[in-house]
Order: sequence, then structure tokens, then C-alpha cells
Amino acid sequence: MAARAEPVTRSLAGLAALVVLGLTLGTLGAVVWRAGGLGLAEGRVGEAIAFTLWQAAASAVLSVALAVPVARALARRRFVGRGAVITLMGAPFILPSIVAVLGLVAVFGRSGAVNWLLGGLGLPEVSLYGPQGVILAHVFFNLPLATRLLLQGWLAIPAERFRLAASFGMGPGAILRWLEWPMLRAVVPGALMLIFALCLTSFAVALTLGGGPKATTVELAIYTAFKFDFDLGAASVLALVQFALASCAAALAWGVARPSGFGAGLGGVVRRWDGGGWLRVQDALAVGLAALFLAGPLLAVCLRGAAGLFDLPLSVWAALGRSLAVALGSTALCLALALPLALAARRGLWVQVLAVLPIAASPLVMGTGLFLLSYRWVRPDEIALWVTAAVNAVLALPFALAVMLPAAREMRQGSGRLAESLGMRGVARLRLVVLPAMRRAMGFSAGLAAALSMGDLGVITLFADAQSRTLPYELYSLMGSYRMEQAAGAALLLLVSSLALFWLFDRGGRADAGA
Amino acid sequence: MLALEGLRLEQGDFTLEAEWRAEAGARIAVIGPSGAGKSTLLMGIAGFLEPAAGRVLIGGADMAGKPPGDRPLSLLFQEGNLFSHMSVAQNVGLGLRPDLRLSREDSRAVGAALERVGLGGMGGRKPRALSGGQQSRVALARVLLRHRPVLLLDEPFAALGPALKTEMLDLVDEIAGEAVVLMVTHDPNDARRFAPQAVLVAEGRAGAPVATGPLLDDPPEVLRAYLG
Amino acid sequence: MKTPLIAAGFALFASVASAETLHVYAPDYFASDWGPGPAIKQAFEAECDGCDLEWVTGDVLPRLMLEGERTDADVVIGLGQDETARARATGLFTPHGVDVTGLTMPVDWADDTFLPFDWSHVAFIYNSDKMATAPASFDDLLAMDEDIRIVIQDPRSSPAGLALVMWVKAVYGDEAEAFWAKLAPRILTVTKGWSEAYGLFTEGEADMVLSFTTSPAYHIIAEEDATKAAAIFGEGHYLYVELAGKIAGSDQPELADQFMQFVLSEPFQQIIPEGNWSFPAKLAAEKLPEGFGALALPEKVFFFPEEKAEAMKDEAIAEWQRGLSQ
Repeated sequence: MAARAEPVTRSLAGLAALVVLGLTLGTLGAVVWRAGGLGLAEGRVGEAIAFTLWQAAASAVLSVALAVPVARALARRRFVGRGAVITLMGAPFILPSIVAVLGLVAVFGRSGAVNWLLGGLGLPEVSLYGPQGVILAHVFFNLPLATRLLLQGWLAIPAERFRLAASFGMGPGAILRWLEWPMLRAVVPGALMLIFALCLTSFAVALTLGGGPKATTVELAIYTAFKFDFDLGAASVLALVQFALASCAAALAWGVARPSGFGAGLGGVVRRWDGGGWLRVQDALAVGLAALFLAGPLLAVCLRGAAGLFDLPLSVWAALGRSLAVALGSTALCLALALPLALAARRGLWVQVLAVLPIAASPLVMGTGLFLLSYRWVRPDEIALWVTAAVNAVLALPFALAVMLPAAREMRQGSGRLAESLGMRGVARLRLVVLPAMRRAMGFSAGLAAALSMGDLGVITLFADAQSRTLPYELYSLMGSYRMEQAAGAALLLLVSSLALFWLFDRGGRADAGA
Repeated sequence: MLALEGLRLEQGDFTLEAEWRAEAGARIAVIGPSGAGKSTLLMGIAGFLEPAAGRVLIGGADMAGKPPGDRPLSLLFQEGNLFSHMSVAQNVGLGLRPDLRLSREDSRAVGAALERVGLGGMGGRKPRALSGGQQSRVALARVLLRHRPVLLLDEPFAALGPALKTEMLDLVDEIAGEAVVLMVTHDPNDARRFAPQAVLVAEGRAGAPVATGPLLDDPPEVLRAYLG
Repeated sequence: MKTPLIAAGFALFASVASAETLHVYAPDYFASDWGPGPAIKQAFEAECDGCDLEWVTGDVLPRLMLEGERTDADVVIGLGQDETARARATGLFTPHGVDVTGLTMPVDWADDTFLPFDWSHVAFIYNSDKMATAPASFDDLLAMDEDIRIVIQDPRSSPAGLALVMWVKAVYGDEAEAFWAKLAPRILTVTKGWSEAYGLFTEGEADMVLSFTTSPAYHIIAEEDATKAAAIFGEGHYLYVELAGKIAGSDQPELADQFMQFVLSEPFQQIIPEGNWSFPAKLAAEKLPEGFGALALPEKVFFFPEEKAEAMKDEAIAEWQRGLSQ
């Protein structure tokens, strides 16, 4: 009985869809057109696809499986530092891969803390290099994301239901079965798909920790085809393969997911009556271990960078300013794209596929396509920052949608009919109903978009010149010139500024009184 | 006032037909077995469901193509009649201005409406802080301000106790005045008490309003099983 | 968001207004604030009287290939010697016209299109504090302690990585794949680029890293740290030369010529050692900074003509891939 979205919303959603398609398939089209057609990739493409699929699937399953107890614990416990842990959940996700890798190395590497401990206990050393390293890094990146997505699901179960369950005397098992399982059914497939798609395009992490050419991913094959063989046709085919894999995953998730169908509650703080005794221990362990796992490498980045932080050249600060500006612009654009899509979307496959295309897009192909589309008319360096902001916005869109779609659905089921019956529409409806209802989801989305944009090197390499370097770019420049100390300082600066942006937006969304 | 002309509503395989009119000031109970389409009838009149055939007329005007908010009617649902993030006064104020840009005059009217439903001075609270009965009163205060010639009630008081429900029905009657009121109910006593007329929804038809008492005293087969 | 973009907008008009702008395409590291770029720009602008040198950074060759005849580039700098075949095939370059007598390079230079401006050798760098005796040959490398780990770069994404597989192919010929298979347990990991690999080395995660014989100069001069050294192999080392080329369709041909001449002039060449941490292509040994004199260098170098290198390349990479995938 849900009424259709307003015509304005639908037009804006159509526009947003066009932007997404243009930047993903459109840029690929430009590359194909320049290549004069598709070509067959040389070398061991089959192996690359197999390894890519395997590591992406393993990373996704492990990230989500580990996220379940963590999110559950965070949903049903109130404790000092809970807010800090939740903010921490935004951090690894946004780190440039090289920074994250060095952080992981400091903890899990040959001379890292973990092996030092194991050595002290007389236990054999664990290796960070090989498939297990790739998956460890991907879990490090994605466990927090999975946790936050599941936590949203948990918080979306109306408090009334838990009260009802408590009144029936439901134990944790029954609650899991009747309340939490249906929610997981609705949320988990989407989270799995998102992380799977994210790991599909992994490249630097997979290579660096993969230990050698056995760990060749499709994205590396694209990179090779493009930069080494300059075979745009082959690069395009591989990019298509990547799109196809991600779209299949999206379709699968769409087929498996069941909307939870909890009605709307009045949005009070969720209080739980289940779970004392050993469940308390289990929750404490889940949160504690996850926090340790995430904080360790981050702490290493901080310690390593502290010395260099005060020795940073002026250009790094200028780059920070540019990065912040790009992040804010990109965040605004991302929300402007995501909101109409989330509002207009019904349970359609198209929005699922639309939401996965940007993650499955090869940044290299996207950058090349944009370059091909623009360089005849404008000098690339003049639009570098605009392009970066636009691309980052689209790259963040899947995450924004993952968060905002369920919120929009809840809103429609909850207050959509009431707003409709009262004749609230247009700006008034946006202001009075949509924004308040979506505030938490939008804050979280904005935090993700801003932080992702801060950390992303993305497509800038074909466009940037010295005047439009962003902070990650500057960081790589420092590393490329032997200045590892300063690079570590810049990494810390990047970590701190990304986290600050994430925290501000996420916080802004959660500040809503009581809801 | 309210006229249904050759109306046919469809939802998947389900169809519901209606052909009748109601005069101003009418109080009509909508009764019938569960799943017979009582809510569907209201949704069709309110505009959440476009008719597959026929017309809905209010005050002689064809409602075809009009979105729910533009129809001269008010609607109360089983639940979710209030925005939880808005204050009581804001929830009521929506009845005057859907964009909540209330003039001083408007705010006074909101205050007066709250007085009238017995919630004077509670305008600043959030709905969560109110009891179920009080929440219903807030929704009724809004109905009062909207002042529409048709009022549709989809069991909004089902969750209230008998005494409270009676109180609410009296309040509705008082507030509705000359408006046509259609009320879905499962409770024969409510129907008898509140509505001189009743519409029986069963077997794909919403029949014309008939006197409530005789209908309930001598119910047709479909209703008998339901009333037990 | 707006300010830098408005500034960029002004820069557009500024650069249009200035009649004499030389666009030089260069890799990121070259034109960054910590590379030789800023100093070279300053020195050239002082010499050319009112012209403007503009660095256009990024992936030089792919960008050039994408742009084709429409390119804005007047000069390209920073190509590696293993890229010349592909660069030449674009047909975008024209002979440099610079006199190459008196080069201070270990090989004779005959190419009239690509002009060398600096060079080094690929080599494994180690920390002498942690490794008392460095391997003196590839065989030594294979015979190192079990727990020694080295980190290398992927030849498909890194020029240094490509130079390594060429080096191994030059030394081992048909046995290259077997060599890689034997080295595999010693390889900690393979990185996408030089930065990641060198980072793993300086963080102490790897005992040796594939880099250049000139890398220790940075530590000696900038950090006064003499513990980083290159392991010199008796078999000889693969030469790594960086090149500049002039674009045929340049709209500033005279300025481009002037720049090409400038490349081998002393002001440019003196910037190279501490700007790009490599040997200048034409600078007398006594004019090198002190730290460079202390560098250990190989007696013998491998350097192949373009056609031969091109013919070796695919095979060398395939052997590397097979050897490490076993």
C-alpha cells in the first residue's frame, strides 16, 4: 500500500542513477571506444579470477561472521567507551591501503607485537604474508563496516518488540530466533555482498600481503593490461568481468535477503532484558577482542607517525586543506545522490545493482575513462579536484545506500502514510519527516563518505598536478622520496583528520534527541 | 456528501465493489469478517489505492488522481498517527499547515484544540511521554483543526480499554460535527453506540449503509459466523 | 572547496596569457616537492628568460598514449630504458639533437631520440647493522640464512621490478625460472611499487629490499646513516637509465630544444644526485656530493639494446611468475 515516491524525488533519483551509470559503465564505454573494441586479456586470467573470487568470498564471510557477535554485544550493552568503540569502527575502513598495511605489519608482521608475544611464549611465529594475510587485512578493513551495518539492523528492531519478547519471557535463544534472525536475514546478505564487492577490486593489499604473483587479482590484471601492455581492450574486458562478478553477487544478495518487516516503533532507546551471566562475558570478549584487533594497528600508525607529525612540510598541510575541501564536497554530493535513490527505491533489483557498480568499478578504468571524456575540452589538472570529489562521492554511494535504504524503508512503513494523509510534501516533508527520520543514517553515511574521500587516492593520478595534490597523494610522494618519517607523520595526520570528519558527521546524526 | 459510484478496488486477486452515498453528519460503522476489505475500502476512499473502476466523490467533486493529502478528509490509522520526533503541538499543528510554518494565530488554534481534547498545556511533550489515550487525543485534536467533511477511522482506538474507548468515541462524535464519519470496528458494541448506520463489507462488496441495530440483531450468514 | 578551484581557474588564464610555457610530463616522484622538479624549474626559468616550465605529473607513458597527437606535452622526462620501445612506437617523439659526447655513464649511448639524464643499477639494499656479511652474488642470495627475507616489486607494475627480472634473466638465461623457484622461500612479499617495498625494509620487516645502488646515498647524506648499503654481485648489475624525449608536435619547439640541451648541462646535472638520488648522466666524478663517492658499485653492468630487451621481457616475466607460483 506504500504510495509511490513524489515525482520530484523520482526525477532526482533518475538523475542520480544516470550519474552513477555514467561514471561506472560510461567511463568503461569511453575506454572501450578508445580501444576500438574489446580484446582478450593475456596471461593467467582464469587464475586471477579464481583467486579474486576466493579471497573476496572468504574475506566477506569472515568479516560478517565475526561482526555478528560484536554488533550484538554493542546493541545490547551500555558501557563506558561504547561511543569510542563505535567511532573506532569507522577508522580502518578509511585508511589508505599502504598505511593500513604498515599498521598491520607493526602488529602482525615478522617483528610485530603478536609474533614477539608468541616468541616469548615459545610458540611458532605466524606469517602475515600469503592468503591468510590478504584475508586478515580485508577483515581488518571490513569487520568494522560489517559491524556497523549489523548494528544498524539491531537498532532498527523496535524497542517495543524486545519489551514484548521480555513480557513473554523469551530467552536469548528465542529472541535470536524470532527477532534477531529475521533481522539478520534482511541485513546480512547486503553486508556480505558489499564486502565481497569491495574485496573484488582489492589490489595493493592483495599484492603486498599476498606474497607474490599467486595472489594476482583481476584489478592487478587490469592494471597490468593498462599500464604495462597498454591494451585498453583487454583492460575493458577485465573491467567487465569485475562488473559481472559484482552484479551476480548483488543479484544473489537481492534474491536471498528478506525485508525484516518489523513495523515502526516509537523510536525509544533499546533496552534489553535478556542476557546475563556468561552472555555478558561473551559480549565483553567480542567487543574487547574486536577493539584490540582494530586499535592495535591504528595505535602503531599513531606511534610511528607521532615523531614525524611536527616535521611536516607546509605542502602537506596545504594538501590536507584540499583533501578536507574535496571530502566535504564529495560528502554533499554523495548524500544528494543517495537520498533520492533511497527514497525512490522500492524493493527493486536495479537499485541493488546500481549500488554495487561503483565498488566493482576499477578505479583505473574510471579514471582513464574520465580522462578520455574530458581531456579534449579541459586541462585535466584544472578539474582534478572536481573529478576527485565526484568520483569519491559515487564510490561512497554504495555504503551510503546500504545504510540509508533500510532507514528509508522503515520511514515509509512508519510515517510515510501519515505524512501522505496530511498532505505533507516537497520541502516541508523533507524537512519535517524525511530528514529527522533519516538523520542517523545520513550522519553515518556522511561520515563514511567524508572519511572515504579523505583516504582515497582514486582516480587522481591521471589528473593531478602539484597544485591539486591531496593528502594521500602527498603521502605517497613522501614515501617515494625516501622520506618515510614524514610519510608516517602524514599518515597519522590523515588518520586523525579522517576520523575527526567521520566522528563529526556520525555524531551529528546521532545527536537527535533520544531517537 | 460522500458518494461511491461503481467503485471497484483491486489488490492482486482481491476485489471490492461499492455503490452508495452518505449524507453530511452520518456516522457509519464499517463491519465485516477479518480480511473482507474494510481497511481496503478506507484506503480507496483516502486515495492510497487508485480505483480500478468507478469514482469517489466528496461534496460532488471527483477525487480521481488526487493524492491523499489533497482530499477533503482526515484519516486515523490503527497505529502510527503521530510523528515520534515532533512535539505534541507540532503534531497537531500539521493539521493546519503541513509545512508547520505556524502563525501566532495558528499556534493559538493549536492550543485551543489541545484544550478541547483535554490536553491543555501538554503541547511541548513528545508523544512517547503520553499514555495511549492521550496519544489518541492528540490525533483527534489534529482532526479537529483539519476540519474536513469526511473522517475515516481505521480502528484507531482498538488498543484502548472499554471505558477509554467510549470516551474517545464520544469525543470523535463531538469533534466531527457535520462531517461524515466512517469507522472500521470489530466491536458490535462500538458500532451500536457510535454509529446509527453500518456498512457490511463481505464477499467482495461493501454494501450500502443500513441501520446498525437491525443488522446486528439479525445478521446475514457471513456476519453471523464472524460475530459468533 | 571553491578557493583552490577558483585559483585553478585563474591559473588557466595565467598560463594562456603567458606565451612561452613549456609543458614537461614527468612521474610524480620527479616533480614532487622532494624530487628534483622544483629546482630544475627554477634553474631553467632563470636561463630561458621569461618562459614558464610547467610540470605535468602522473603516469607519463599511459597518459601520452591516451592523448596521442593531441598531447600538450612538449618534453617528456623520467622514462625508464625498458619503456623506450613502447614510447618510440607511439611515433610522437622526435630526435633530441643533443651532443652526447662526454657522458659519465658506464655504457656508450647511441640513441638519438631518448636522452639519458641519470642512471643507477638495481641492487639489493641491506642494513649492515643487522647483516654482517652481505651476499656477493645471486648464489650467495640463495644460500643466505633461512630466516633472511627480501622484498621485491612486481615487474608488471614497477620499473624496478621489471629491471630485476631482466637482471635475473641476463644472469641465469634459461635457468631463470629455476632460480625464482629457489628464491621463492626467501621472498617475504612482492609489492606494487617501490615505495611499499622500501617502506617494509625501513620498518624492519624485510632484511633486504630491491632498490638501487644509489639508495644508500640518501641515508648517508640526508640522515647521516651509513648502515644502509647495496649488496654488490660479482655477476654484474642491471643498469637503470632514466630518459628524456622531445615531442615532435610540440608548439614550443625552440623552448623544447633549449630544455633538451639544458638536461645535460651542469646546472641540471648537479641537481640530480641529491634531487633524484642517482648518478647524473654527465657530471665529472669530483663534482658529485661526498656521499656518492662512498657508494659501492659493480664492476660489470648489463645493458641491452632495445630490441633485445623487448624480446626478453615477456619471457622473463613469465618465468618469474611461474617460478614464484610453484
